[in-house]
This record gives sequence, C-alpha cells and structure tokens, in this order.
Amino acid sequence: MSALLSLQSVSADLGKTRALDKVSLNVNAGEIVSLLGPNGAGKTTLIRAALGIVEVTGEIALGGDNSRKLSARERALRAAYLPQRPQSIWPISVEALVALGRYAHGAAPDRLGARDQAAVDAAIKACALDVLRARRMDEISGGEKARAHLARALAQQAPLLLLDEPTAGLDPAQSLGVAEILRAHAAKNGAVVFSTHDIALAASISHRVLLLKAGRVISEGAPQAALTPDALQSAYGRAARLERIGEDYAAIFTR
Amino acid sequence: MSASLRTSLLLAALSVVALIAALWLGPVTIADPFASDDATRTIVWEIRLPRALTAWLAGAALGLTGAALQGLLRNPLADSGVLGLSGFAALGAVIAFAFGFAAYAPAMSVLFALFAALLVTTLGWASRGPASLVLIGVGLSSFAGGLIALALNLAPNPGALADLVNWTLGSVEGRSLEHVMLAAVLLAVGAALIFAAARGLQALTLGEEAAAAIGANLSKTRTLVVLGAAACTGGATAVAGIIGFVGIAAPHLVRALAGNDPARLLLPSALAGGALLVCADVAVRVLPTDTELKLGVAAALIGGPIFALVAARLASRGGGS
Repeated sequence: MSALLSLQSVSADLGKTRALDKVSLNVNAGEIVSLLGPNGAGKTTLIRAALGIVEVTGEIALGGDNSRKLSARERALRAAYLPQRPQSIWPISVEALVALGRYAHGAAPDRLGARDQAAVDAAIKACALDVLRARRMDEISGGEKARAHLARALAQQAPLLLLDEPTAGLDPAQSLGVAEILRAHAAKNGAVVFSTHDIALAASISHRVLLLKAGRVISEGAPQAALTPDALQSAYGRAARLERIGEDYAAIFTR
Repeated sequence: MSASLRTSLLLAALSVVALIAALWLGPVTIADPFASDDATRTIVWEIRLPRALTAWLAGAALGLTGAALQGLLRNPLADSGVLGLSGFAALGAVIAFAFGFAAYAPAMSVLFALFAALLVTTLGWASRGPASLVLIGVGLSSFAGGLIALALNLAPNPGALADLVNWTLGSVEGRSLEHVMLAAVLLAVGAALIFAAARGLQALTLGEEAAAAIGANLSKTRTLVVLGAAACTGGATAVAGIIGFVGIAAPHLVRALAGNDPARLLLPSALAGGALLVCADVAVRVLPTDTELKLGVAAALIGGPIFALVAARLASRGGGS
C-alpha cells in the first residue's frame, strides 16, 4: 500500500530564506508523526507544502498521486488541514462551521445528506461540542473555537490529518483531549501529521517525530531515539533532555 | 423553515407592498391606481410602474452584488459603490453617451464595471484587513470620477452635459419598460453567476487557505463573482446611474434576521436592496421639495450612516479578522 503522504527531497523558499531544505518524509496509515523544532524551523511550511499551498521543488504525493496534479476537491478528500490560526470570518454557528468540512463531499451546511450529518455529529461528539453546536463562533472561548475547527477537519473524513499546532493555546487537559482524538484517528487506519511546541506531548503520542531546524531535518525516528540531548541542543540551542515517566514523557530544559 | 427562507419571504412581501405603494404615491394624488381612465393608466402604468420596477431591479442587483463581494473579499464594507465598480460603470456609460454611441451605454457599463471588479479583487484579494481594501476602492472611485470629468470635458456635444452630470447622481425618473427589461436581463445573468458561486463563498468563511483545503475551487468562485458583480452593477448603473451604499446596507440589515452564512445572505440581500430602493424612491417623490431629490442622494442619506456604523464596529473589534 502506498503512503498517505510522501515527500521526496522537498525544498521551499519563502522570499530569500530557505524554509525547507531537501526534506523527505513518508507517512503510512495508522501513524502519528509530529513535527518539532523552534519557531521558524519549517514545520508550518512542511504542512503547507504537503497541501500544495507553497511552491516547492521535489516530489510530493498524497495517497500515492502527485499532489500538484490533484484538484482542490481530490486533495481535500485525501487530507484535512487545520491552519495555525484558523478563522471564522463570519460568526456562523459551530455546527455550520463543522459542516463546512463536508464541502468536498458535495454538501453545503444547510443541505447535509445522511452520511454528512453522521460525520458532522461524530466530529462534534469527538470534540465535546454537543452543547455548543448552535452557538455562534464569536460567542465561545478560544479553546472551544480550537475544538470547533478541529471538528471541522475531522468531519472531512480524510485519511490524513495535517494539523498546524492543534494544541496551541489549550490548557493541559484540553491538549490531552486533542491527543486522544488524534490517537483515535490513527487507530481507525488514518494518519496524523501535526506540528507542536509541546515536546512531551509529541513524544507521548507520536510513532515518529521529525525534529527540524532552519528547514533541515536534525533527527527523525521514534521519539526516544530521535530526541536525544544532542539533537535537542542543536535544534533549540539549549541543554535539554527527554525523560520517560511510565507511558509518558517530560521534556526538561536546563540553563 | 430556515431563517434565510423566512427572511426572503418577508422581504419579498415587503417588496410587493413597496411596489404597490409606489404606484399609489407620488406628486399627483391618485385615488385608485387600478382605475381605467386614460390619465390614471398613463401615470400608473407608463410612468410609475417602470420607474418603480427599475428602482427595485437596480436595488436588488446592488444588494446582491454587495453580499457577494462581501463574501468573496471577506469584508463587510465591500459593495459596488465603495469598491469603485459603480464609478467605472458610470464612466463607461458617460463615454458612450458623450461620444455619440449611446446605444452601447449598457454594454460599456458592464465592461467598465468588469474592469474595476477585476482590478479591485486582484489588488484587494490579499489585503490585510477591511480598511486597506476600502482604500483601494476609494482610489478607484476617485479615479473613475476624474475620468468622468475628463470625458465630459472632451465631449464633442456639450449640450448633453447637464443631463449626464445629473444622471451620474443616480435617478430612476422617466424610465421606460425598455430600461426595466435591460436591468432585468442583466440582473438575471448576474444572479445566475453569483448563485453558482454560493458554496465557494461559504467555504471562504474559513479564510483563503482553509477554503482551498476543504476543496473549494477559489479561482472559479472568484471568476463567477467578478463576472456576476459586473453584470449586476453594469445593469443597475446603466438604468439608474450611480447609487451608493445599497450594497452595504442591504446585507448588513439582513444579517440580523437571516444569519451570517454568506451563501444564505444572497437572496435576502437582493430582496432587501430592491425593497430599500423602491422605498427610497417613493420617499424622494413624496417629499415636498422644489426640485425632486435624486435617488442616489437619498440612498446615500440612508446608506452612508450604516456604512459609518459598520466601519466603526469593525474598528472596535480591531480590524475585523
């Protein structure tokens, strides 16, 4: 079976800066891959490159096909994207926002088929938004907004989730809630690629991590193997180590 | 019944009431507009009806265009007037009138509106925040105004000048069924294009990148709206001159009733624009002024404050993004 996402020696420039430098990555069904690295490392660019939003050199395939040759709709059926700062420009209801995830399936928020409605309901339930579904997007808290946008991406029912900092601004309990949603998606034979600054969370739930700096891969692999003190030092410029605590990890930075 | 449908039915009923009122009311008092004497028939069916229908069609076209442009550019301050489409449509018509090919005035209106729509959507697509887009529109409008003055200066037939200047102020006085047909055809074409873009406008609620990522074909959405806006604005301007603010006022008034979904605002905004302009035209006719107030002036008197209100609210929200 072909990988859900495959990047072969992908490079991208943002203005005069090299944002990605010959990055390769394969993501298979059932995997959670996290993108780590300091601000400006290229995490967001990698996700946007996978979607075909940024100009790149190198090969990118979504579900086995060249992503540049896919239409917006075909791409949306293979990968759902959550931007770093998701927007709801007009204050529509939470449910209408989630229903936008069904766009590629041919549905409009006011005309959902049975399968669309089921997908929307499931996404709303998974993100614990039941009581908020009729509320307007400008009447809910930041954490609730983040969950609504994640639910929108889930409702898309694409095998691959590309999430740019899905836990940014969330409290620890909410972050764990998101982690559980990502695990559930991978368990259903989906795959998740997400960027984060939460090294401990990434190490705890990811099958693999990609540690980036200045567009280059510093290390890649299973969390404990990839996130060595040396690798963390060279990525973040600080002495750091990853400690295992039971099933989970803690990331400790020292002066 | 959805809020959008309920609002549309209400506004359709309001439009019918306004149109009937427009047959009744005017400088000459008519007891029964449906009476069969010659004088009444002439006044009601040959003067008032075409005038009222022209006002409704122009208002509907501008209301619809406003809602569509706001959705496309994700900006509640967008409309044909503010973004310069109306100014360019008027410029096209003025050139046609002033240089003796008046028969092509409507086509020129549409063409020039299309040019302005292309320019403003291209320049304004990536604009950060509502204010910069409005500034682009202000620039285009002033430019169109300057070019209209230039065209009038160079016109070989200065006798028509006063009429033309008057016409740019916006009016539906003395319109015939021909004008009604023209406006109706262009509104129908524009509406078909804009409604075909409805789902894309809905997707744009998420912003450009996320809209593309859920599968929306944004270049198609943009093309449909630009062409539709040009047909509607060109038609409205060709028959009624420059009428500002209807395109901002109509969607703004409708949001409270029909909700914020850009697709579901289209029909109610068109109906509200039509009803609004017919009401404004009735007001213009019954107001006891020596010379009749121009419809474009009346529309600005209603719409201007609404524009200021929306802008102030956006500013207090910090740019509205």
